[in-house]
Amino acid sequence: MFWQNYGRRYGSRPLWREMERLQREMNRLMDGVSRPSSRGFPALNVWANEQHALITAEIPGIDVDDLDISIVGDTLTLSGQRSLPQTDDDVQWHRHERWHDDFSRSLQLPFNIDADNVEATYEDGVLRVTLPRAEEDQPRQISVKSGGS
Amino acid sequence: MATEVQVRKEEAQELEGVERTRTRRVFIPKVDIYETGEAVILLADMPGVNEDSVDITLEKNILTIKGFVNREGEEGYGLAYNEYTVGDYERTFALSDEVDRNQIEAAMKDGVLKLTLPKAEMAKTRKIPVKAAS
Repeated sequence: MFWQNYGRRYGSRPLWREMERLQREMNRLMDGVSRPSSRGFPALNVWANEQHALITAEIPGIDVDDLDISIVGDTLTLSGQRSLPQTDDDVQWHRHERWHDDFSRSLQLPFNIDADNVEATYEDGVLRVTLPRAEEDQPRQISVKSGGS
Repeated sequence: MATEVQVRKEEAQELEGVERTRTRRVFIPKVDIYETGEAVILLADMPGVNEDSVDITLEKNILTIKGFVNREGEEGYGLAYNEYTVGDYERTFALSDEVDRNQIEAAMKDGVLKLTLPKAEMAKTRKIPVKAAS
């Protein structure tokens, strides 16, 4: 009842629509807050097909020896270190935007990883880790027999 | 928490009235700039860019760095979750007169561009020995 009156009073209700839009916007903002808190360095993208997951990360300028990839069950952990550029002590810094620190990120996949067949490449500052699904987690085709003969 | 660091890629603004020919997103590479007695060193993070796809131009005193990333998707895979977007890089700096423009060196390694901008002879720091008055 109230809204009917409200509608009549305010014509085609652009204000109401505006309220709805605001509410949606608020919800969207709140969603952002409750996302996994582990977002950090490096940012990860996850690609998937039936048998594999592929994780890519932009980690420019690290030494591959400083990078550690470990797998436990269905969880992958990337950790390492990006150190400051080697400079003499008497340099004068003008800008310091690149991120330098230890980093560690874990990612849980929806399947167990075949840890023996994980492959990782590092090229132009982009890390690619291919994670095959463990044998026991492979999708299985179940053939359906006809019940007749 | 130490892991809460947000390392977001910042998108470059398109100049008014100027359109890009590639319909890709363009990001501002993060840089470190430091100065030694001899040169100014600029390091720029441009993951996915190699020495063939980086373009550095110097026009008057405007130094422009562009990096193009050619690999966008992963063949045979669908994107399941994403935290970063792949795109090109572009950033412009105004150089001071102190830089010796003919001696600028650039190197690209592991997605990091290193520019060495040597100081012109005039601007090099000179140490003046101070003698103790006898």
